[in-house]
Amino acid sequence: MKAARITADGLYRAALGGAVALVFVVVALIVFEAARGSGLSIRTFGLGFLTSTAWDPVSEKFGALPYIYGTVVSSALALLLAVPLGIGSAVYLAEIAPRRVGAIVSFVIELLAAIPSIVYGVWGFFVLAPWLRTAIEPWLIAHVGFVPLFRGYPFGIGMLNAAIVLSIMVVPTIVSISREVLLSTPRSLREAALALGATPAEAIGVALDAARPGILGAVILALGRALGETMAVTMVIGNTNRISASLLDPAATMASIIANEFTEATTPLYISSLIEIALVLFAITIVVNGAARVLVYWATGGRRSAAALA
Amino acid sequence: MSRPALTRAAGHINRRAIWSRIVIAACYGAGAIVVLPLALIVWHLLAKGLPALSLSFFLDMPKPVGDPGGGMANAIVGTLILVGLGALFAVPVGVGAGVYLAEFGRGRFSSLVRYTADLLSGVPSIVVGVAAYGLVVLPMGGFSALAGGVALGILMLPTIIRSTEEMVRLVPQSYREAALALGAPRWKVTQQVVIPAARAGIVTASMLAVARAAGETAPLLFTALGNRFWSTALTKPIASLPVFVFDYARAPYDDWNRQAWTGALVLVMMVTGISAVLRLTVRRVAQR
Repeated sequence: MKAARITADGLYRAALGGAVALVFVVVALIVFEAARGSGLSIRTFGLGFLTSTAWDPVSEKFGALPYIYGTVVSSALALLLAVPLGIGSAVYLAEIAPRRVGAIVSFVIELLAAIPSIVYGVWGFFVLAPWLRTAIEPWLIAHVGFVPLFRGYPFGIGMLNAAIVLSIMVVPTIVSISREVLLSTPRSLREAALALGATPAEAIGVALDAARPGILGAVILALGRALGETMAVTMVIGNTNRISASLLDPAATMASIIANEFTEATTPLYISSLIEIALVLFAITIVVNGAARVLVYWATGGRRSAAALA
Repeated sequence: MSRPALTRAAGHINRRAIWSRIVIAACYGAGAIVVLPLALIVWHLLAKGLPALSLSFFLDMPKPVGDPGGGMANAIVGTLILVGLGALFAVPVGVGAGVYLAEFGRGRFSSLVRYTADLLSGVPSIVVGVAAYGLVVLPMGGFSALAGGVALGILMLPTIIRSTEEMVRLVPQSYREAALALGAPRWKVTQQVVIPAARAGIVTASMLAVARAAGETAPLLFTALGNRFWSTALTKPIASLPVFVFDYARAPYDDWNRQAWTGALVLVMMVTGISAVLRLTVRRVAQR
């Protein structure tokens, strides 16, 4: 048996390995803290926490349902707006625009993805909200108010505003990854389609078909961002724990309730309930992001790491 | 072929051609609609933020309510301190892990590391804030700059890891082979040949992650908290630009709202300006 020898190579690898270990430690600590902090709330409310709509700090009754609802609905609406527009502009940038224009526009779009979310919040609060309140929402109430989705009062602040701001924030993710995936599909696909007599749009359809897993990954990645988005939503959603069918009414998301009430939470159970909401949010985003990354990796053959975009 | 059949065939082709035009026009439209709100945001930032932008915004302390003027000097310094603390933790760890992945990273373990880094980049920043609250604020018995720095550091980490890995991978294999052929041990090859060759890329990519973290608000709300006064103590609550913008935007005072716009503009200039310069540099490095 050879005796273990300490070599310079071994030491160097150990140092780098230490950095890797720290990455695992960080993730483990986040999970541990979220689990430990929510222990009291989990023991007190059990699974009922997820289905209760109570939120009463005075009598210490807490339930997460309105916030789960708010997070899911605002993100779904944001995707409803962002996905068709995002894929459409990705097609434009990858297939139609001159290469130079495509490169420049996507560079600008990627830069805009770096704008801090608080800035989107400020814009949604001071620009979009008054506009919705005075122009869009009164029109919706007057003309499509018979649909419960558009019933109520024009607050300006609420689910609709949050969905619009979220869609503006996630659209760059969809555009830049979808464009990348489209560019990585073989040119010959379009050429073959055109040679068989397909119209330009039909040829693009063939390319889109080949790019489908990657685009799906981009959409799920955008969903992950929308689910966890905090500051912009906190500023424009109105923060109430009522579940309302109307998009014009204020609502709240898991992230926004934590941002709003964490520093005001005085009792241990109150804080613990907020941490449990963070735990639930954490679990949801882990699942969503994991799925997205696998899809993007698979579709681009590992050429592009989704982390570089996030 | 009879005439009606011919016209029918022509009509079919025509319909497909028209449909094709419509689809392509819709793509143009989508592109325009996507760019429009982003352009609007930039325009409003400039229109509403520029008027109050002056030297005193950077040099003066915030004034009490009703007292016009004043700046956010403490918040700008606070953001620099918080970001510096975060980078102090995230850059060595992230670069170390990234170099490990690029140079020694084969097999299932490395895939696990990559996957973990990717998952970490997907954790909502507010959740990182909650974790930092439990890890640092509770044991220390109060909000502190240190807690905010830890939260920001965690957020920087995944980007630094993955971009360092990409940059180190760009170093040509022949560099390593040449160094090994000259008799250099493996660690010297990495430390003295590969890392220097990738240095420019690593530095710019790390700074990109650091700049991005400077705009984060959510993880600071209940770690660094905020502070209206001058403080550089690491164990005390500290002001930061994003939290100031948040508080000033929600305050019911017009003057504060105006300053919130200016704060937002300065924040965007800091974050996006640095990102723009760095991204162009990274691109150049990557192309070389």
